[in-house]
Amino acid sequence: MDVIAQMIERSKEPNIVLVKAEELFSWARSRSLWPLTYGLACCAIEMMAAGNPPYDMGRFGWELFRPSPRQADVMIVAGTISKKMAPRLQRLYDQMAEPKWVIAMGACATSGGEFWDSYYTVMGADTLVPVDVYIPGCPPRPEALIEGLLKLRDKIAQQTLSGINRS
Amino acid sequence: MKEMFRIHDKKCEKVTEKVRAGLGQRFLSLSLLAYDMVGLTLSPESLLETAEYLRDTPGLEFQFLSCLSGVDRQDRLEVVYHLHSLTAGVSLQLTVSLPNDRPEVDSVTSIWPGANWYEREAYDMYGIVFRGHPNLTRILTDDEFVGHPLRKSYWTEGGLV
Repeated sequence: MDVIAQMIERSKEPNIVLVKAEELFSWARSRSLWPLTYGLACCAIEMMAAGNPPYDMGRFGWELFRPSPRQADVMIVAGTISKKMAPRLQRLYDQMAEPKWVIAMGACATSGGEFWDSYYTVMGADTLVPVDVYIPGCPPRPEALIEGLLKLRDKIAQQTLSGINRS
Repeated sequence: MKEMFRIHDKKCEKVTEKVRAGLGQRFLSLSLLAYDMVGLTLSPESLLETAEYLRDTPGLEFQFLSCLSGVDRQDRLEVVYHLHSLTAGVSLQLTVSLPNDRPEVDSVTSIWPGANWYEREAYDMYGIVFRGHPNLTRILTDDEFVGHPLRKSYWTEGGLV
């Protein structure tokens, strides 16, 4: 990350900057993630609100929600996962192209939430797919979603080209 | 204010009298639940003809079924229907009690087609079988689901998790 800061410093006068492709691509990738529209329940409302002023996910490059998993990078699981939805969630995750990440937004996606003892709820998205960032809340405020987004952004900027953690 | 309340009382009285006259002895109880809601309990056998009477009689015309749900009362299952008469301005809560071991009742989809999905939900959640329903399959849970979740006995029967 400080390589990029150096780049910015040096771009103040004409110069040549050397940077590893890995760092550059990961940095660029983390700044323009396309989320999959995967609002399942109430958290979807907060996700939509986070895309609107004054919270505005667009300023982080996350504006472009894609309905197709083939075109999306990150799956924000926003809402309760019912057992009926579970195989569909796995299928959509499989359909996303690498590298891909998952954010579990809200209490229900994290651990089953208030429905943890229910007859038809999956107790958290991480029982189905690997999750990178958990955002607690019921629902989390749009600012909380953006904070989780920023954490994922930092995580991705540290990764290799194929999306595996470097350190 | 009191004047208005008395007028409301009368509209329920008219409906109550008509129902009592039309059904004779074929109901279990008939009461006033609110200033605009009549309560009627029936035995399951007389459901269909009573329903048709309630829907078609001029002056009653309970043509709007807004809700149909199951209730688990430990010793029995109930089906509760909420009917509304737009002409009389009165609502009617119709209750039918069913035994726990064989909860079967006639389907009212032939009378109020809107009951279709409500009956499927009552079947899915309580196991109440509606005879004559065009498509009595699970609606909220998936098709391979075992058990009827909203029954009080679901968790002791060996339900899930």
